[in-house]
Amino acid sequence: MKKLSTIVALVLTIVAIWGLSRTKLSNSKIEKLVLTGSSTLAPLASEIGKRFELIHGHVRVDVQTGGSSRGISDARSGLADIGMVSRALKQDEKDLLGFTIALDGISIILNQANPVKVLDKRQIIDIFTGKIVNWKIVGGNDAPITVINKAEGRSTLELFLHYFDLKSTDIKPQVIIGDNQQGIKTVAGNPDAIGYVSVGAAEYEAGQGAPIKLLPLEGVAASMENLRNHSFPLSRPLNLVTRTKPAGITKAFIEFATSIQVNDLIKAQYFVPAPN
Amino acid sequence: MSKSDLARVLIWLAAALVSGVFVWLLADILVHGLSRLSWSFLVEAPRNAGRSGGIGSIIISTGLILLVTMVMAGPLSLATAVLLSEFSQHDSVFRCLVRPSLDVLAGVPSIVFGLFGNAFFCIYLGLGFSILSGGLTLACMVLPVLIRTAEEGLMAVPNDYRMAAAALGMSRSAALVHLLLPAATPAMVAGSMLGIGRAIGETAALIFTSGYVDRMPESLFDSGRSLSVHIYDLSMNVAGGDANAYSSALVLIILLLVINSITLRLAKQWLHKSVAV
Amino acid sequence: MSLPRTDKQLVALLRICALIAASILLLILFFLIDESRPVLQHVALTRFVTDASWHPAQGLYKLTPMLSATLYATIGALLLATPLGIASALFCSYYAPSLFAGCYRRLIAVLAGIPSVVYGFWGLTTLAPIIGHLHPPGVSLVTGVVVLTLMILPTVALTVDAALAAVPVAYLRSGAALGLSHWGLISGVALPAAHSGIAAGIMLAAGRAIGETMAVLMVAGNVAEQPHSIFDPVRTLTANIALEMAYATGNHRAALFVSGLALMTVVVMLVSTAELFKKNTHKHV
Repeated sequence: MKKLSTIVALVLTIVAIWGLSRTKLSNSKIEKLVLTGSSTLAPLASEIGKRFELIHGHVRVDVQTGGSSRGISDARSGLADIGMVSRALKQDEKDLLGFTIALDGISIILNQANPVKVLDKRQIIDIFTGKIVNWKIVGGNDAPITVINKAEGRSTLELFLHYFDLKSTDIKPQVIIGDNQQGIKTVAGNPDAIGYVSVGAAEYEAGQGAPIKLLPLEGVAASMENLRNHSFPLSRPLNLVTRTKPAGITKAFIEFATSIQVNDLIKAQYFVPAPN
Repeated sequence: MSKSDLARVLIWLAAALVSGVFVWLLADILVHGLSRLSWSFLVEAPRNAGRSGGIGSIIISTGLILLVTMVMAGPLSLATAVLLSEFSQHDSVFRCLVRPSLDVLAGVPSIVFGLFGNAFFCIYLGLGFSILSGGLTLACMVLPVLIRTAEEGLMAVPNDYRMAAAALGMSRSAALVHLLLPAATPAMVAGSMLGIGRAIGETAALIFTSGYVDRMPESLFDSGRSLSVHIYDLSMNVAGGDANAYSSALVLIILLLVINSITLRLAKQWLHKSVAV
Repeated sequence: MSLPRTDKQLVALLRICALIAASILLLILFFLIDESRPVLQHVALTRFVTDASWHPAQGLYKLTPMLSATLYATIGALLLATPLGIASALFCSYYAPSLFAGCYRRLIAVLAGIPSVVYGFWGLTTLAPIIGHLHPPGVSLVTGVVVLTLMILPTVALTVDAALAAVPVAYLRSGAALGLSHWGLISGVALPAAHSGIAAGIMLAAGRAIGETMAVLMVAGNVAEQPHSIFDPVRTLTANIALEMAYATGNHRAALFVSGLALMTVVVMLVSTAELFKKNTHKHV
């Protein structure tokens, strides 16, 4: 048994030495590009980064999350080379340069077991503001509506509020969620729930058999196709932001990310390539 | 029915309830995660945002983060526990300050640790998003558990042991190493299982410190994604990542079983070296 | 009699280590206060209690529903996990055949390491729909309490188990020689002897429950309002920070750190109460 502890000690020492020794080597000719920000964009940016690394062998693209607000503040302070922001830039952010790489849409989703097939704008507003509390009023089952709203500050919430001309204090939710997947899973687990999530994610999950369905908005079906041809009204841009005019590998990366070379990656994440 | 019989029934019921729920949870993970488990899954790098490929680089990052955590927290926690139980008066100022502050530290939310770790280790100390930052932050998180359990273990050692050691002329340090610490081994094992468990399962703290990069780390200063961050990303952030999330969770459980077994073996070995028992 | 030189050096070294451990908390408090300053300069502390609701984008900062949620969730989880955890430890030490005991211990040790996201995911996809059938919406205080109980149970079980293992066999043998029944030995000898370890386990579990973020975020509903029943959705202080930090700037962000400070206040009060309680009931076994 003495052997085990000596083996473990030896392995640990070797790993520790290996870990610390590599630092000198890795700094030599590697150029690092750091992106921080929205976790919605992070998987896509990570995949684009990997493809970029294949083309430019001496570059390392590091993607970190932390939210759109982090993306903005890190791009401003220089902690990151590029910020990832999953919304349009606000008025007080015009000091930064934004480059749209993809579009994402928002769809209202219901549980598949819900007989309601369509809701008009007035009904949606009344449901979300708590004026309609039972599904039977809009032609569904006699069951209380579970309204699912997004957390404050999220760009999907702000887009939703802007489109329906509401304030966040107007909405009376029964559940508040953070990420799209949480929204999808909550609606999938509750036959009387209504919420709104990203179109692409919802379309994919519905296709994979999750018990949700996407509601058409103002007669237009919520689908990636309709996002592509711009007939679907609720959409948001996914942006890369920099503080100054991009140069060097930052410029190369942004040009790569906005080119058609990454369209398949964008589609794989269930977004729509930005019109260019 | 006598009290003893009633107690027996209730306790068996409780154990059945607890194991029933936990087996249900584990079975859920097993059923969903077993299909994708394979050797290639364990060694390949993640592809397509983690939805295909494997988790090789993730496992390595996790291992390195755990290593940093235990190397940093282990000796420090042991030293503090020894001080609190052996070398300070029962109601000294020192003890009254350190003990409660550790209990308060145990209640700090994981996300606050993450934000603190980011501000202190990544930015202030300049380590950036790195395995080192992640490990150091986790070390701060598991310190209370390690210290408290080790301290309880030492305090539970009967005073007779210490008296006998003094009578034999052993110095306090010698008594500590050869007598008291081995006797406190079960408590320290419990502490390290809880500490390692906490560290391996921590997500919020690591997202902000060791980061999101899923590449194979080349040094401790590289950013590396841990298994729990990977599971979080796949299940909550990436559409279609559920399948691999389950498989990663399964790998994490197996990894934990292995680490716990090694801990138990090492503890048993150390126990055999002790002077008493 | 003064300590031998090695002992003096040892004590010095140990004191340094302990101070490092204690100073971490100070650093964290300093960090929280520093980050909260922007909003505390403009918004009076009383507004965090008297404002109409929590809508920081519109300058409303009511924290009290989230404070109650944290307290309810923690106390609920402790009420469930403490007896179950102690029962589990007793099971391992005194009731189970050694094979069962070993497996059970391994099971609990593995459960201590399951990530909070996995617990949250399971709670969201498996537990919440079941509770939702009983009473919508499914993600609610009671779901949060159940998930938290599962998460802190290993802490209680493992620490109490270790404490029971440290009870000198001589105590139990003397008790048996005196004719105590099986349960009499446990309740009269083993548990009191291990009371310090049990208290430590409960404190650690309480800390874990208060500080849990990810799992409650997924299963408790996150509506920042005072709950009127256990089936109402609630938002804990930790979930609040995690939910909104990603998109918060300026005063909103600082307000989230204020909720972090509020949480620390709750923890400090809890720990102080426990310390006072311990001092008053300190018994010698």
